[in-house]
Amino acid sequence: MTGTDLLTPTKGRRSRRSATLVVGCVLAGVIALLAVVSFFWLPYDAEDTSGGRLAGPGDGHLLGTDKLGRDLFTQVMTGSRIAVEAGAGSVFIAAVLGVTLGVLAAFAQGWLDDTLSAFLDILIAFPTLLLAMLIVAARSATLGSAILAIGLAQSAVVARLVRILVKRVLAQDYITAARTSGTSWPRSVLFHVLPNIWPTLVVNLALQFGLAVLAEAGLSYLGLGAPPPNASWGRMLQEAQATFTTAPAGALAPGILLVLLVIGVNLIADGLRDTLDPATRRRRT
Amino acid sequence: MTLLDVRGLTVRAADGRTLVDDLSFTVAGGERLGLIGESGSGKSLTTLAVLGLLPDGMTSTGSVELAGTQTVGATEKRLSAVRGRDAAVVFQEPLTALDPLMRLGRQIAEPIARRTGLRGKQLRGAVRDALEKVRLPEPDRISRAFAHEVSGGQRQRVALAMALACEPKLLIADEPTTALDVSVQAEMLELIDGLVQEREMAVLFVSHDLAVVSRVTDRVLVMKDGRAVEQGAVHDIVRAPREEYTRALVASARQLESALDLRSPR
Repeated sequence: MTGTDLLTPTKGRRSRRSATLVVGCVLAGVIALLAVVSFFWLPYDAEDTSGGRLAGPGDGHLLGTDKLGRDLFTQVMTGSRIAVEAGAGSVFIAAVLGVTLGVLAAFAQGWLDDTLSAFLDILIAFPTLLLAMLIVAARSATLGSAILAIGLAQSAVVARLVRILVKRVLAQDYITAARTSGTSWPRSVLFHVLPNIWPTLVVNLALQFGLAVLAEAGLSYLGLGAPPPNASWGRMLQEAQATFTTAPAGALAPGILLVLLVIGVNLIADGLRDTLDPATRRRRT
Repeated sequence: MTLLDVRGLTVRAADGRTLVDDLSFTVAGGERLGLIGESGSGKSLTTLAVLGLLPDGMTSTGSVELAGTQTVGATEKRLSAVRGRDAAVVFQEPLTALDPLMRLGRQIAEPIARRTGLRGKQLRGAVRDALEKVRLPEPDRISRAFAHEVSGGQRQRVALAMALACEPKLLIADEPTTALDVSVQAEMLELIDGLVQEREMAVLFVSHDLAVVSRVTDRVLVMKDGRAVEQGAVHDIVRAPREEYTRALVASARQLESALDLRSPR
């Protein structure tokens, strides 16, 4: 402990911080659990239409059935799997591509720096929807296409953030100090730059996860996501739209889960920021 | 034998301003040269230029030979071989010169491992030795600590240990005591003095404080606005400054000292 005791947060404040993280983990965890279970067990087959059309909740169907008689809970479970896959896949692409591009852009100088920055700005301005439609046109309407589109769009955002973060770290004395002792550039990036941008980066990636889940729901609402019979939340919303007044469960169930997952992920991001931020960490010791 | 030979070093900013103008000096092996001048006189840039570490956009011309290697216009590969082995730096602000997220022991281990190839237990022992050499208490605790968990004086000792761990032929000390409390400054100077003598290292000591420089170095180079004003043995410069600017510098140092004399009880 140095003389910074004045800055040490009180216990209550710290536990509230971790409470954010816990609540976020619980919310996201429930949906992750649904997703994992859906791999091994589903109440009904995805194409089982034996339930009768638009049945209400109960009677062997926890949430009722949709207009074709398919079990809604089954659809919600496969939907959560697709949502988690979309989030994880997009963030993976965004992280790998974004960090690589961002680090390169941070080291680039002169015209190369300008070109890369302009390229990233254009990619950020380019509508994700249009990008998704182009990719779907080139490939086909699958979950993979949607993930690719979202991941590409997000990698530009991540790359721009990483570029700024890396530039800021590179200007620090300890990088110069490491270099004066003969540390090579790759080693500096691996051992000094990346650990120092990591807290900010990981919070941003968590936020991107939530955005990716929303974007996938939007794309599948428009029919650009996972094809039937794999129900994604976006398509469930779209299908339940016409019958919302008579059978609201079909729209409410995916809608509520979507909101819960995004809130959960955002809370995790918030909690991570508080626990990982070097400024706060400095005071914990 | 000349260790550092700077001839006609000129540093220009991106907008063409001249920051260091036609500077020439030499440091022989084991010799100590003080670089003195007010802030903005180009002292620190000179040290960075020696190692090819100028900030983006700045360019240097002229000739800098460090242990026989030309560092002006050298490739990155060439430079990283020279850095650490031939010259290492202790910076002014130890808090920013240490990685905030890496344990201090690991930061010292890095140059040691690169130089000696030690690993595991032996490497930890070498880190411990390095910390003990700079007279840090509880080397094991400090080794596990982060930079913000130790005091300013301890941080600067760690930074010094890091620079010495490279076993350079030339130690560049860029205002190493400026950020420290006055009470710690004297200790730090004594420490540098002793360690450097032991190792027969040459020192390039940068400071704005004539009193500090005269304690550690034999020769001094006075800089103003990027130019060398005067150069010579410390006691000559202090006793008989030839140039106007040096005279002002010496006078102000004396004034401070006499103010202390007046205030101290007799």
